[in-house]
Amino acid sequence: MTDATAEAREIDRSQMTVSDEVAIEIRNMNKWYGTFHVLRDINLTVNRGERIVICGPSGSGKSTLIRCINALEEHQQGSITVDGTLLSNDLKNIDKIRSEVGMVFQHFNLFPHLTILENCTLAPIWVRKTPKKEAEETAMYFLNKVKIPEQADKYPGQLSGGQQQRVAIARSLCMRPRIMLFDEPTSALDPEMIKEVLDTMIQLAEEGMTMLCVTHEMGFARQVANRVIFMDAGQIVEQNEPEEFFNNPQSDRTKLFLSQILGH
Amino acid sequence: MSDTHAESALATAFVRKDMLPEREPPVAEKGAVKWLRENLFSSVLNSILTVLSVFVIYWVLSHVLGWIFYGIWDADSLTQCREIRDERYGEGMEVACWAVLTDRWDQLTFGFYPSELYWRPVLALILFLGAIAPVLYAELPRKLLAFTAASPFILYWLLWGGSIWGPIAVAAGFIIAWLVFKTAVPIIGQLGAIIATVVVPILYWMFLAGPLAGVIDGILPIGIEYVPSDDFGGFMLAFVIGIAGIILSLPLGVVLALGRQSDLFIINKFSVIFIEVIRGVPLIVWLFTASLLLNYFLPPGTNFDLMLRVIIMVTLFSSAYIAEVVRGGLAALPRGQYEGADSLGLDYWQSMRLIILPQALKISIPGIVSTFIGLFKDTTLVVFIGLLDPIGFSNAIRASTDWNGVYWELFIFIGLCFFISCYSMSRYSQYLERKLRTDHR
Ligand SMILES: Nc1ncnc2c1ncn2[C@@H]1O[C@H](COP(=O)(O)OP(=O)(O)OP(=O)(O)O)[C@@H](O)[C@H]1O
Ligand SMILES: [Mg+2]
Repeated sequence: MTDATAEAREIDRSQMTVSDEVAIEIRNMNKWYGTFHVLRDINLTVNRGERIVICGPSGSGKSTLIRCINALEEHQQGSITVDGTLLSNDLKNIDKIRSEVGMVFQHFNLFPHLTILENCTLAPIWVRKTPKKEAEETAMYFLNKVKIPEQADKYPGQLSGGQQQRVAIARSLCMRPRIMLFDEPTSALDPEMIKEVLDTMIQLAEEGMTMLCVTHEMGFARQVANRVIFMDAGQIVEQNEPEEFFNNPQSDRTKLFLSQILGH
Repeated sequence: MSDTHAESALATAFVRKDMLPEREPPVAEKGAVKWLRENLFSSVLNSILTVLSVFVIYWVLSHVLGWIFYGIWDADSLTQCREIRDERYGEGMEVACWAVLTDRWDQLTFGFYPSELYWRPVLALILFLGAIAPVLYAELPRKLLAFTAASPFILYWLLWGGSIWGPIAVAAGFIIAWLVFKTAVPIIGQLGAIIATVVVPILYWMFLAGPLAGVIDGILPIGIEYVPSDDFGGFMLAFVIGIAGIILSLPLGVVLALGRQSDLFIINKFSVIFIEVIRGVPLIVWLFTASLLLNYFLPPGTNFDLMLRVIIMVTLFSSAYIAEVVRGGLAALPRGQYEGADSLGLDYWQSMRLIILPQALKISIPGIVSTFIGLFKDTTLVVFIGLLDPIGFSNAIRASTDWNGVYWELFIFIGLCFFISCYSMSRYSQYLERKLRTDHR
């Protein structure tokens, strides 16, 4: 099933270039939940235009890692630099980074009391102070892009899971982020909806968006990622280019994980 | 045919060639007869109960309706009422004596408010309805909310009268609070700013607002006749206390609920202690506190109006309940809503105002309205600290020689008025819940 998506269409790689500019820099980052050491000595540099897939067993700290990048979780040691801004405890600083970094969640987290259009215009209007009309035009542009402009006036509760997730992506894009984080965007979806969401993500990758994506969609990883990171027990255990990673895994943990996830 | 052949050959394999068309549901008996049979006569026991209930309802109504509708409306005293009754219906027929309402109508509605000034509370009520409309019905233009914001001060001025500078000086306190908040956040941070926003206006109201209004009034006296709180009574008193309490306790309760959820230690503990203390003591004790004790805590020389003290107490009391109801709503929201708002870069106040509170309040509507209804009915407790609300007046009316012995008529009327008010609130809340429901498929 996952490989079916890989064959779905040819990828346009013309814009998928990785620059030397650093988008995210994580240095010796450690995080604890109480006394539980969730993330251990994480070092990771993401360049602009890179598309990174993070995988690993449940509870290995994948979500925690990408949530630290936009300060949804606080880290206790080390440093995270996003777009040249060092993440600190200052609320202004955090809000600034959050408005530059889009995030898509497993359970969409759309606002059920607002229409699709309002979901998309809310942050541009209140955070970016964009005039309402302009924000609506931008929103419609991105809703078109994720192929659901006709749903603009509905409420999230009236949409299918796949449509909701595409709205969530559009909502993030409306803030014109330079980096997108995805936390298992397809794992709450039925198989037939997974494809439409992955297609949207592939499209984003083709446009050169910097992406960090926690996912177990290995077809997607092979197709668009330029690096796959394998995490276990709060550590980065292995990272490599997708072909190498899948065909020639080095660590035993990776081999075990791949044999489980690829089945057979 | 090959089709049937295939089916018989292999019972488990099946391919549908034609999709089934949509059909009407089966038509059983319809209409009133069916409804009657299903709801009233579905079994022998049910039929017996139906007949019995009809009999009981008939018996009650045949007695009560006559009592109500043959009631006497024009009389000056109970004795006169009885004379008219015997004359009209003959000896032995019991009918209501509604004349007590017409005779004492002014007192029941306005208390001792000067009769030549009745237009003021009436106008105040009309303005109030105008002010509340844009809040209740989102279809109305949002610009009307500016009037809503100003209306508490206008209404206060209309009801109590006096110099216009008093209410304006008090209103200025809110503008001061806002300015303090805006300027203080960048200088001393969130926590400091919140504390300053509470403390500065309170100091201003306690020490500056009064003298300031006095000075301006000396220069430019504008005002209407002053009516002291002692003259307020009857339904007007109950409505003023009830409505003021309702309107003030909602924002205060929301702030307390947010305070109780806050990570800021001092604000969190203050909210918790406030809520638990206020809620843990009966309202009547707080009312006595308001009427007796509060004078000790106020700066000497201030003559703080008893009715205002009662309004403040009632407000504080129900805001503690509202806070807990709203906290329930906040807790019911999935964490993803907070994270969704945070991840878009909304700051705390924006995410509360735009994302969290609209949803939390929607969930809390039934609880909030219950609290309001409770508050509204609890205004009758003020009779114990000597305020003449409708109950207080009915006691006074029955103590007079003219109407000694009238019970039911007054209580039924008072009960009916409260019921209409509370039932409207309940209906409105149901309307609102229906309107705000967006999660249906
Ligand atoms: N708020 C929390 N408090 C305490 N422990 C937590 C908290 N959130 C997560 N954890 C723990 O931290 C570890 C890492 O969690 P995380 O959600 O990052 O895992 P994950 O790799 O995303 O797993 P999954 O694939 O199941 O989503 C888990 O063991 C989890 O139990
Ligand atoms: Mg996770």
